[in-house]
Amino acid sequence: MVSSTHKEIIRCQNIAKDIRKTIIDVIYQTKGPHLGSSFSIVDILVTLYFKILVIDPKNPYKKNRDIFILSKGHAVPALYPILAKKGFFSDKLLKSFAIDNCIFEQHPNRDVAKGIEVTTGSLGNGLSIGAGLALAAKYDKSKRRVFVLLGDGELDEGSNWEAALFASHHKLDNLIAIVDYNKLQILGTVDKVLGLEPLAKKWQSFGWETKELNGHNFQQMINALSHLPFKKGKPNIIIAHTIKGKGVSFMENQLVWHSKCPNKEEYKKAIEELS
Amino acid sequence: MRITFIKILKEAARKNKDIFLLTADLGTFFGDFIKDCPKQFIDVGIAESNMIGLAAGMALAKKNVYCYSIIPFLTMRPLEQIKVGLCAHNLNVKLLGAGGGFAYGLEGMTHHAIEDIAIMRSLPNMTVVAPGDLLEAEAIAKESINYKGPLYVRFGQDKTPNIHKNSTKIKIGKGIIINKGNKIALIATGSMLSSAKIVCDNLIRQGISTTLISMHTIKPLDVNLIKKILRHKAIFTIEEHSIIGGLGGAVAETLLELNYKGLFKRIGLPDEYSCYKGSHDYLCKKYCLTPETIINQILKFNKKYDFKK
Repeated sequence: MVSSTHKEIIRCQNIAKDIRKTIIDVIYQTKGPHLGSSFSIVDILVTLYFKILVIDPKNPYKKNRDIFILSKGHAVPALYPILAKKGFFSDKLLKSFAIDNCIFEQHPNRDVAKGIEVTTGSLGNGLSIGAGLALAAKYDKSKRRVFVLLGDGELDEGSNWEAALFASHHKLDNLIAIVDYNKLQILGTVDKVLGLEPLAKKWQSFGWETKELNGHNFQQMINALSHLPFKKGKPNIIIAHTIKGKGVSFMENQLVWHSKCPNKEEYKKAIEELS
Repeated sequence: MRITFIKILKEAARKNKDIFLLTADLGTFFGDFIKDCPKQFIDVGIAESNMIGLAAGMALAKKNVYCYSIIPFLTMRPLEQIKVGLCAHNLNVKLLGAGGGFAYGLEGMTHHAIEDIAIMRSLPNMTVVAPGDLLEAEAIAKESINYKGPLYVRFGQDKTPNIHKNSTKIKIGKGIIINKGNKIALIATGSMLSSAKIVCDNLIRQGISTTLISMHTIKPLDVNLIKKILRHKAIFTIEEHSIIGGLGGAVAETLLELNYKGLFKRIGLPDEYSCYKGSHDYLCKKYCLTPETIINQILKFNKKYDFKK
């Protein structure tokens, strides 16, 4: 067990707070959607980008770098500020989001120089692409690891389960999937729309080594991701229990914040809470 | 034709260890490839959507990936993976589709491929080819190795007579004039090339000066070649594909923009799933895609246009 120092955890928490403020700023200005989904994954992204991923913003094309795929591409408002903070581009570029002639759309487009490895936005594609990258890394005897962040609603897509079968059959222990399990999808709760339980058992039965944890607890996430693979010869999956809208009390677990953009009052209140 | 293609791919794969052949559990003729390049062959199982995603991931890791299956399963089941994974990323992945048109005749409509050219050619960055004989298959296979971007190769029936004498002129994106005439022009693609040759020879014997073009590449279409036949009285496209959106559609779009004034007709399949049940030859006969029936379709217009003059 790796015990990150208190100082490190505080640093992650502070980064996450800053990122949430930037997300709400950007979304408020552009009247865009997906605030709740973005807040849900902030802590996972902070853990990956500031503690786990072997990447170099100064050398974004570096051979054998780790790869991160945001398969739930609609949560990209959380990724752009992370990439800026990591040093892939200047904070100023974040203003070029979701406006005419912008750099950043509401779903990510591949731009390795800016840290975006794969175009996503249509759900259910990231895990297969990740498996292909992981397979190629094995073939090349590369130490590369491939991380794929999936939405829980996204798991309704059958293609994920094709990839799940493939990854365990080919022993892709360099592939790490993380499910952002916030239990809400566009039209209702996950259990009402299309239930996933028993989710961990499903992945186990597909041959994946599974861990369940709190997707807002940095210590738990750092501990889990610091020892990869979980088991030699098996693909890894973390089922991260999260809260949609995490960080702003009146947005948490509220379905409406999947698509809603805050009004002036809500924006102010949210900023107050995040400060 | 598929066998010829894979034979060439195998030779390339022996030297280039970044070449991979993926199949969705189809293709009983891969034995030599598997024997010579076992680590470069993957049967992904009957899971085409995953196959395309895998290919995208592997190509992002600088692999040169070929994916094989029967056309509807290869191109239509995973269409969105092709759009986003392959075309949006503009990756070096080649789709090898078996069973163009009615090649899988008695297998039924699920295995027939009459819409694939239209679908594939509408995708940005995608190149679409349909080799018409073994020499075209061979040349396209060789060129595919270093071809940049996604490429869709549509195979028809395996047994096809050679139409070309050599492969020197065969290049992706360039149609080939097989016979030069000046009254009517036949533009054929893929599995219809050999029938079109018979039609051409027959029309010439009847005294009609006929141009025959093999348009093995449907996208990008060789517009410069089409510009050379604008003085012909009539132009016919011949394909084993729906008349909507395939070779006929592509040529029609071009001719209209080039202000062509002659007669233009698309010879192909109607907008329906086969209402007949039978072998490839039977279905081609029923849908008037045999040399005899194609000649009849062309000569119907002779009275009005007098192709001999």
